[in-house]
Amino acid sequence: MKKKNLQAFSSNILNNIPQFILLIAIATLTVFPLLWLISTAFKSPSENIFQSVPQLLPAQPTFDNFIKVWKNARFDLYLWNSFFVSSITVILNLLFCSLAAFPLARLDFKGRDQIFWAIVGTTMIPFQITMIPLYILAVQLNLKNTYAGLIFPYVISAFGIFLLRQAFQSVPKEMEEAARMDGCSSLGIWWHVMMPAARPALTTLAVFTFVAMWGDFLWPLAIVDKAELYTLPRGIASLASAFSEDWRLIAAGSTISILPVFIVFVFLQRYIIPTDASIGVKG
Amino acid sequence: MKRQNLAKKFSWTPYLFLLPAIAFLGLTSFLPVLQAIYLSFTNYDFVGSPTFNGWQNYINLWRDRTFWKVLGNTLIYLAFVVPSLVILPLALAILVNQKLRSIKFFRAVYYFPVIVSVVVAGIAWKWVYAENGILNYFLSIITFQPIKIPWLTDPKTAIFAIIAVVIWRGVGYYMVIYLAGLQAIPADLYEAAAIDGSDGWQKHFDITIPLMQPYIILVSIISSISAMKIFEEVYIMSQGGGPANSTKTVVYYLYDKGFTSLEMGYASAIGVFLFLIIFIISIFTFKFINPVKTIS
Repeated sequence: MKKKNLQAFSSNILNNIPQFILLIAIATLTVFPLLWLISTAFKSPSENIFQSVPQLLPAQPTFDNFIKVWKNARFDLYLWNSFFVSSITVILNLLFCSLAAFPLARLDFKGRDQIFWAIVGTTMIPFQITMIPLYILAVQLNLKNTYAGLIFPYVISAFGIFLLRQAFQSVPKEMEEAARMDGCSSLGIWWHVMMPAARPALTTLAVFTFVAMWGDFLWPLAIVDKAELYTLPRGIASLASAFSEDWRLIAAGSTISILPVFIVFVFLQRYIIPTDASIGVKG
Repeated sequence: MKRQNLAKKFSWTPYLFLLPAIAFLGLTSFLPVLQAIYLSFTNYDFVGSPTFNGWQNYINLWRDRTFWKVLGNTLIYLAFVVPSLVILPLALAILVNQKLRSIKFFRAVYYFPVIVSVVVAGIAWKWVYAENGILNYFLSIITFQPIKIPWLTDPKTAIFAIIAVVIWRGVGYYMVIYLAGLQAIPADLYEAAAIDGSDGWQKHFDITIPLMQPYIILVSIISSISAMKIFEEVYIMSQGGGPANSTKTVVYYLYDKGFTSLEMGYASAIGVFLFLIIFIISIFTFKFINPVKTIS
């Protein structure tokens, strides 16, 4: 059996060699700047990063840069801040967006469509215009240099409500009716019927939100100026703008920043990238 | 069948579910827009209270040479980023929409730059663009002569260097959007076309591209809005707005005025201006998004 699969595998590749060459070439172009970055993170001080013939693999690989950036540049703290802020935002988003999506998807009430379109309308408002008043508001509420300040503009997203409403709409009516006949309240239906059924959409929303929060730069730049509350992008940026920039440290910090989203992506990418199975019946 | 209940019983329930979302979005979206519009008619430096100064900010904006330069830069970004992000991801999506072994791996790889934080992307590319960095090294090998172009510090090349990074980061994102559309095209269409002699690359011109039209429009609009908001790449790769302000974008200028020189009234005027342009583009999005639904 194994031999047959191996033959099928290799003939599939052989028949499509030009395609694979193209695919690999594009993949190299895509990934190369990041490989260079990660390789720099492992280079020891004696290796010249910008020597005339660049070396992709470090001659004397070392973990020193990581240790330094973790302890001295406090990346352990930044990693925790990023993780904490991103996770809390995901949880709050899943909670409140699903609560809002439920009536919009399944209940009938006055003003339902208007409210939905108003919510969708907020996606047209670019953050750059709301940023200054939001900042002023945040400062008045004493949220500057706090976790709450970092999180609060992102607690509920119109995109999340839109996505979950779509997911809730495709839950079979019978399930909801059965639950109602058992005496389930609306809240119970939301929790026992809708949420479990919408798990894929919830995962998709979670991944998108997490990744967006992880890499967010502009708002944290405005709302936090104390190093204890820096998130990873801010921490990296401050390293990079310091007078005596140490490339290896910056590279190590950046690598630390890539790792968690990489892990999330590897395990959950099927919730973002369409697979052939995710579209329903043909025709 | 006669309608069962003519008078619907009123319930607070739906509104209670919606309360957090409405309150929150009202507070963080609608209210700030009104406040920004108000602020744009004032002078406000964050200490004390805003003082009303009518249309002065807008008049100054009109006369501000840096603003027009910055707007010009943003239009250059738009002109190069949008066509690239409309065409390249479509070609890539067609390429990866095949039943090849390990194609899922390639799809994930192409999407990866989207996930990497903008700051990290900016730094990685900053080194690629360094005078003795990799790009120059490869160019030297290909052209058999030493190449030492200072990509990020030469006013002629800086903006294009950043444009390349913006495109690099965006291709995967739009590829995935196109991929969803491609997978909704029934295979029978291609079979029928093959019988009529349309095969290989031809079939993409006859079938794929016309069917993808709603997606192409969608991507055009989203990428246009995105291109108008470029900030982080510029901040990381050419701090200070680049050599001779050649890479500064509208949003960068807004940030500068609002948070660095604390001219919040003036910054708000810039924000309102940006908002108007994006608002107009967004209206078009919603006019065209319905055709997308009928395909799937």
